[in-house]
Amino acid sequence: MILFQAQDLSVRFGGIRAVDAVSFDVRQGEVFSIIGPNGAGKTTIFNLISRIYNSTSGKLIFEGKEISHTPAWQIAGLGIARTFQNIELFPNATLLQNLLIGRHCHSRAGFVSQLAFLPSVRKTELAHREKVEDVIAFLGLQRYRNALIANLPYGVRKVVELGRALCIEPKLLLLDEPSSGLNVEETEGMGFWIEDIKKDLRITVIMVEHDMALVNQVSDRVMALNYGKVLALGTPQEVKTHPEVVKAYLGAEVAA
Amino acid sequence: MRYLFRTQYQQDIALFRHNGDRFWYGLLVLLVLAAPAILGEFYIGELGAVFIFAIAGVGLMLLVGYTGLISLGHAAFLGIGAYVNAVLLAQGVPFLVTLPVAGLFTALCGAAIGRPTLRMSGLYLAIATLAFGSIVGTVFQKWTAVTGGFDGFAVPTPTIFGVAVEGATGIYYVSLAVLVFVLWVSANLLRSPAGRAMVAIRDSEVSAQSMGIHLAWYKTLVFAISAGMTGLAGALFAHYVRYLAPDAFDVLLSVQFVTIVFVGGLGSLRGAIFGAIFVRLLPQLIAIVRDDLPFGIGRLPGLEPSLFGLALVLVILFQPAGLNGMWLKMKTWFQAFPFKRQASFRRQKSYAKSERLR
Amino acid sequence: MEDAARILQLVVNGAASGCIYGLIALGFVLIYKATEMVNFAQGDVMMLGGFVAFSLIANFHLPYWVGGLLAILITAAFGYALDALVIRRVIGQPQFAVVMLTLGLGFIFRAVAGITWGYDSVGFGTPFTNKTVNIGGLILGEDNLSIIVGTVLLCGVLYLFFSKTRIGVAMQAASQNQLAAYYMGIPVRTIFSLIWAISAGVACLAGILLSPVSMIDVNMGFLGIKAFAAAVIGGFGSIPGSLVGGVIVGIVEQFAGYKLPAGFQEVTSNVVLLLMLFIRPQGLFAERMGKRV
Repeated sequence: MILFQAQDLSVRFGGIRAVDAVSFDVRQGEVFSIIGPNGAGKTTIFNLISRIYNSTSGKLIFEGKEISHTPAWQIAGLGIARTFQNIELFPNATLLQNLLIGRHCHSRAGFVSQLAFLPSVRKTELAHREKVEDVIAFLGLQRYRNALIANLPYGVRKVVELGRALCIEPKLLLLDEPSSGLNVEETEGMGFWIEDIKKDLRITVIMVEHDMALVNQVSDRVMALNYGKVLALGTPQEVKTHPEVVKAYLGAEVAA
Repeated sequence: MRYLFRTQYQQDIALFRHNGDRFWYGLLVLLVLAAPAILGEFYIGELGAVFIFAIAGVGLMLLVGYTGLISLGHAAFLGIGAYVNAVLLAQGVPFLVTLPVAGLFTALCGAAIGRPTLRMSGLYLAIATLAFGSIVGTVFQKWTAVTGGFDGFAVPTPTIFGVAVEGATGIYYVSLAVLVFVLWVSANLLRSPAGRAMVAIRDSEVSAQSMGIHLAWYKTLVFAISAGMTGLAGALFAHYVRYLAPDAFDVLLSVQFVTIVFVGGLGSLRGAIFGAIFVRLLPQLIAIVRDDLPFGIGRLPGLEPSLFGLALVLVILFQPAGLNGMWLKMKTWFQAFPFKRQASFRRQKSYAKSERLR
Repeated sequence: MEDAARILQLVVNGAASGCIYGLIALGFVLIYKATEMVNFAQGDVMMLGGFVAFSLIANFHLPYWVGGLLAILITAAFGYALDALVIRRVIGQPQFAVVMLTLGLGFIFRAVAGITWGYDSVGFGTPFTNKTVNIGGLILGEDNLSIIVGTVLLCGVLYLFFSKTRIGVAMQAASQNQLAAYYMGIPVRTIFSLIWAISAGVACLAGILLSPVSMIDVNMGFLGIKAFAAAVIGGFGSIPGSLVGGVIVGIVEQFAGYKLPAGFQEVTSNVVLLLMLFIRPQGLFAERMGKRV
C-alpha cells in the first residue's frame, strides 16, 4: 500500500532549481533511502514534505490526501515526523521536556483547563509521560532524563532528536542524516534502531543518508538524486550499480 | 544535602518538589499575611507596590523569559488596565467586575498587538512594541474625554462586598491575592503543554512547528496573557496612585518592567518577584543612604536614574542569570557545603551566534 | 507660489531633521551590521559628543572646525573604550542582554552629562547659525543646509571606506560568523571596537550639526527613538537605507505638523514605524534572510 507519494515535485529559489520534477512513492512499512551528493536537494525534499518550504509545483499526497498546501504545524498531527540534519532540539530545556514537546500534537487539553490545571489535564500529562518513558526505554536514555540538552554530547543529542520524532507516534518518519557525526559503534546502533522502528513499531521511514553501509543494511528501496533530479530508483543493489549514479559519485571516466 | 527520590510521575508535575519547599513557602505565606500587623503603614504601602510590579513582572516574564518575545511597551498595558478600571469604577460598576474586565480588555489589546507582530524577530519586535507603547501613551494624553488628559483622573475607592478597600493595607491584601492568583495560573501554564510550547517557540521556531505547535496561535495567546496580567496590575496600580496622570505610562516605565524581568533572572517566576523587589526598593534604598554617601555624591541631581542604570549594567556584566541565579548559587552553596567550588558556576566562553538566522 | 515655497520649506526642514535621524540610525545600523547588537544609547552618545564639542568650542575657545574635529575624535575614542571595556564582556549573550545593557548605559550617560554640564540647554557658535542663503528667491537657513551637506559628505566617506578597504570586508565577515572570522585571523574584537568608534564619531557629528538648529541638552538623546523608525524603514542592514528612511520620517513629520492638529506630530514617526513593520518588515532596502535547516 502506498503511504506517501511525491508527484512532479519542484521548488526554485531564485534561479536555482533545488528540486526538479521529482516523483517517487513510498510503500507502507518500508525503509526508503534518498542518497546523493551534497547539494542534491535531499534535505530540501524533507523541508517540502514538512511544509517548511512551499513547492513551486507538484503534489504531495499522504494516505491518499493531498498535503501540498497544509500549514506546517498540522503536519505532525497527520502523522509525519522528522529529524533535522543539524539537530534542532530545544537547548534550554531538559531531555524530558523535549520529548514531551514531541507529544504536543496529541495534546487534547483545552487552553482554559490548562490555566487551572484541571484533573483532566493532569491525567493527560501523566499519560503523555508514560508514552515518553516508553520511548526513553526504547532508546536507552534513562540517565539523561533531567539533563539540559545544552549539556549533552552530540551523539546523545542525535538520539534525543530521534526520540522526539518517535514521541509523535508517526506513521511516516523522515530521518535526515541520522548517522552524521556518529562513530562506527553509534552508527551501528542507529542501524539497529531503524530496523526496530520498522519491524516492531511498524513505522515507515524515509531516510537521507551518506553512509552507504547503513543504507545497504536497512533500506528496502533507494532513490539517488543529483542537482535536484532523480537519477535512479530501485533496490540498493540496482541503484549502486546504475551508470548514472556511478557517474555522479565517481565521475564519467570511471563509468566509461 | 538533599537527594530527591522520586517514585511517581505525579511528583514531577507537582507545584512543590518536596516537603521542605512546602514548609518554607508556607512560612513565607504566613509572614506575608501577618506583615500589616508588624510593619508600619509606609512599608506596607511599599510592599503593596512591590506586589503590583511583581504581577506585571510575572506577565512580562511569561512573554520574555519563557517565550522569547521582547516587549518594550508594557507600560501601555499597565495604563490601559489602570484607565479601564478607573473609568468603569467612576461609572459605578463594582470593583469585583471592573478588575477582571480591565484584565480581559487589556488581554484583547495584547492579542491585537501580538497578531501583526507574529513574523517579527527579537529586534523588530522590540522596536514595534516601543512604538506601540509610545502611541498608546499619546492616546492617553489626547483622549481627554475619557482619560481627562493632563488634568488627571481621580480614582474612586473600590468596595468589595460593601467593604471599602482603603489605605495601604487594603491595597496590600488585594494585590497579594491577585499576585498569588497570577503565580498559580503561570505555574499551571508552565507545567502543561502550552508552557512547553512557549519554551519551544523561544528555542527553535522551525522545530516547534514540526512538532505541531501552531506559532501564530501561541504567540498571540502569550501576548494576550501577558498583557492581561499587566492589565490586572494596572487596575491595582490605579488604586495605589489614587490619581492617574497620562505621562506615568512612558518608555521609562516600560524599561523598569524589562529591568524587573532581566535583573530578576530570565526564565523563572521567582525572578519576577526578586526583580520587582529590586526595582521598587532601589529608590528607597538610595533615599536612605543618600545623606551618608561620601564626597557629597548624595546631593547630586539625577542620582537615582544613574544608579538604576549602573545596577542594570553590573547585573548584565557579572550576573547574567540575575538575582534568581544568585539565589540558586547561594542555595547550592549551602546544600553542597563544604563541597561547592568556584568552577561549579563558571560561565562557558561563548561566541556570538547570529540571531538573524533563527 | 506662496504654497510651493511653504512646501519646499517643509521639505528642507524635514530633510534636515531627517538627516539627523538618519545619522543616528546610521550609527545603529553600522553596529548592527557588524556585531548584530543594537546600541539603544546611540542618541545619548550623540548628546555626549555635542556636550564635548560645546566644552571645546565655547569653554576652551577652540575654532569651530578644530573643536568639532577634536570632539569627533574624542567621542570615537570613547566609543572604542566603551566597546573594549564594557560591551565586549557580553559577547555570546542573547541580543536582548545588549539591549538592556545599552539602555542602562543610557541612564548613566544622561546622569553623568547632567552632573558635568548641568541640565540647561547650551549652544555654541557655528559658522552656520542664523545665516540664510537665497536660492531662487527662496530663503533657506544655512544651519539646515549644513546638516544635509554634512550628511551627504559623510556618507560618501563611509561608502568608500566600506567598499574599498580590507577592514570593511573584514567587518562583514566578522558579522556573519564570528568563530570563522577568528580562524581566518581577523582580529574580531578590535574590529568590533573600531565599528563602535566609527559609530560614536558619526553620532558626535550628528550632535554638532544639530546644535545650531536645536540646542544641546541632556534629553536630546530621545531623538534616538525616532531614529529607530528611520533604521527600520530603510531596512536594518542597509546604510543608505537608514538615511533614506530618516529623510522620509523627517519630511512626513514636518507635513504632519503642518496639516494635522497640534500634538499629533510626535506620534507620526511611531505610526510610520508600525506601518512599515506590518507591511514590509524588512524595510525598503534590506536583504531577506532565512535559516537553512
